[in-house]
Amino acid sequence: MKKVVALAGNPNSGKTTLFNHLTGGNQRVGNWPGVTVDKKEGTLRRNPEIKIQDLPGIYSLSPYSPEEVVSRNYLIEERPDLIVDVVDGSNLVRNLYLATQLAELRVPLVIALNMMDVVEKTGAKIDVRELSERLGCAVVPISAARGTGIDELIAVIQSTLEAAPAAPGVLTFSPQTEAALAQVMGILATHTSADLLRYSSIQALQADELTLARLQLSANELAMIKGIRTELEQDLDDEIDSIITQERYEALGRLADAVQTIGPAKLSPTDRIDRIVTSRLLGLPIFILVMFLVYFVSIQTIGTMATDWVNEVVFGDVVPGAVESFMTARDVAPWLLGLVNDGIVAGVGAVLGFLPQMFVLFLCLAILEDSGYMARVAFVMDRIFRRFGLSGKSFIPLMISTGCSVPGIQASRTMENERDRRLTIMTASFMPCSAKLPVIALIAGAFFGGSAWVTTSFYFIGIAAVIVSGVILKKFKRLAAEPAPFVMEMPSYHAPRALTTLKYALSKSWAFIKRAGTIILLSAIVIWFLSNFDWSLRMVEESGADSILASLGNALAWLFYPLGFNNWQSIVATITGFIAKENVVNTLGIVMNLGSGLTEESPELLQAFGALLNTHGAYSFLLFNMLCMPCFAAVGAIKTEMASTKWTLAAVAWQMGLAYAVSLIYYNLAQWFVNGIFGLWTVAAIAVLILLVALLLRPNRYLALGQKKELVSA
Amino acid sequence: MTNLNKLTLADIEIGSSAIIRKVGGDAATRRRILDLGLTRNTKVLVRKLAPLGDPLQLSARGFELSLRKADAAMIEVESCD
Repeated sequence: MKKVVALAGNPNSGKTTLFNHLTGGNQRVGNWPGVTVDKKEGTLRRNPEIKIQDLPGIYSLSPYSPEEVVSRNYLIEERPDLIVDVVDGSNLVRNLYLATQLAELRVPLVIALNMMDVVEKTGAKIDVRELSERLGCAVVPISAARGTGIDELIAVIQSTLEAAPAAPGVLTFSPQTEAALAQVMGILATHTSADLLRYSSIQALQADELTLARLQLSANELAMIKGIRTELEQDLDDEIDSIITQERYEALGRLADAVQTIGPAKLSPTDRIDRIVTSRLLGLPIFILVMFLVYFVSIQTIGTMATDWVNEVVFGDVVPGAVESFMTARDVAPWLLGLVNDGIVAGVGAVLGFLPQMFVLFLCLAILEDSGYMARVAFVMDRIFRRFGLSGKSFIPLMISTGCSVPGIQASRTMENERDRRLTIMTASFMPCSAKLPVIALIAGAFFGGSAWVTTSFYFIGIAAVIVSGVILKKFKRLAAEPAPFVMEMPSYHAPRALTTLKYALSKSWAFIKRAGTIILLSAIVIWFLSNFDWSLRMVEESGADSILASLGNALAWLFYPLGFNNWQSIVATITGFIAKENVVNTLGIVMNLGSGLTEESPELLQAFGALLNTHGAYSFLLFNMLCMPCFAAVGAIKTEMASTKWTLAAVAWQMGLAYAVSLIYYNLAQWFVNGIFGLWTVAAIAVLILLVALLLRPNRYLALGQKKELVSA
Repeated sequence: MTNLNKLTLADIEIGSSAIIRKVGGDAATRRRILDLGLTRNTKVLVRKLAPLGDPLQLSARGFELSLRKADAAMIEVESCD
């Protein structure tokens, strides 16, 4: 039977790099705490009979973050044959804290003492044999980054599994705590297996709700445990979790004194870098410079040049041309050629065109993350984002979203707090992504003389939409939560590793390609069908006025009357924008009978569109398209990250509602102020505006008690 | 909140150290802070303030971590200078 080895360890302990060494598989290594949220598995190199189960990076087995719960449940319920705990030797005490908790699970344990190269460099020494003896388990010194000690570790893993070893030694608490524990163990002896008795008793003593629920205790037993806890708390004049944690750390402090000699104190490279990079004076300018560089490289220059080439040459010329000559040579029915070229190639190509740009963006972000700068971004930005119910960690998803909101939404995964994460997911797509830029350029060209302020305005509108959403939504009960503690480790800097960053960028790009091949392919076919056939399933003329899509557009026109764009062409363009936003431009070309292949700069398109709408209607159309539901690919990402249909629908409803409200307010107020048109809809627009302001200003009823008091005393 | 008269980590000057007396706050926050090693009797150096004035960067047990002032105000300390 297959043996299972679970790989556990603190975030930033080098666990992911070790996982790569052990399995030979690929996985990302990052510096952001908590980067391994997925469950990853592999088999040991040269020995497929041994399965390696990677657990999320955690600091303890307490149940306060999803990662901790995942790891804890896995270790208790699945009981692997061996736990390999990756311990950062340069941060021994804090890393061993988790080891003492793992030891209590009574599963054989091997310590992979990592970062020995860093330890040596600081002049410190660790007595590995003494450490092994005191912990009661094997300790193997390694350096995952350099790849040293890996063979020894694999050998120890294999020999330990064959030897069916005893569980490691457990930490002994103070006499008072041990006495209390003994009493709890007496109560729990009949409720749990002998293996988990000590672990369960420690958790029960700490009033851990998940453990208490699992044990199914009677009211009497619960009361007895509570009595034991209260007595111990009074005895030691502290709260129970503080007592247990402190005793663990003190015991580990003594252990560390015995096994390790610290080198001479000196300023580490990280300290020296941080002196400048997060300093009061230079912190913000450096941050802005770094972000500008990322944006410049991926969106403005290299990435866009590559994307333009793919869009215009590969999917604009080469592929459609090849498909056409291939199909005409074989006398394929024209509708099939239409489906392939106008439907599939145009639809999927439009999305894949962004791949080079995204690849460059991912590469930049991987470098920032692997070097350790990401944590500093959160450190620098937290103050601003916290005000809107987001956190410093929201910055990255929002910034990525200016390239594409799919990876932006995915990037929210590194956020621990559920509320912050949900709000970030719901608002990320308000940022103008690169697919929206051609649409903006079209309107700017047709109505505003190509003025650059139209594009610029949408960055500000996007940011404003994020802020407004954050402030309004955080006051709703479902999203109102205790703001999460912003307790974040600042990992040491290191030079980004070429292989790691490249692997990361490739795997993210591949995920994007897969999405384009599934959701986007499917929706491209559906939209093509709807715009090319009428209700009796006959193919329609190119202008598409009789198509199913046109009649849907007409049926929905009344809805958009108050927004100033109630013609079916605009509505159909909006709908096709859900496949990919820049489709709006192409669709407008088709439905206005100008043929496909038009760009946002084609003069006939600008003219035809200019005849269809007035200036305010056009800006309103643009507002709606920029803020409403993002493309299907992004909605798919929202669903994956929310892991809930209800929350996905809520996100889409909020985006649609806000887009409608903003367009309504803009169009009707603009008509009133500029053209002097005052009507029923003007009143409605004013009412909606007042409602939005009221939602913005209303007090937060669900503010935590402690915070309220703080506000009063401040 | 209840710490009006007591010295907290948020009161410590940048560049100074303090010794933790008691970690308060709600269960999740307290547990996270404790798990990272900010337990009673631990010496903490308040290293710096973020450029915008919050959060704090602390150094304790040989590593760096960042904590918002509001959370730091839940940690009672004793000055050790």
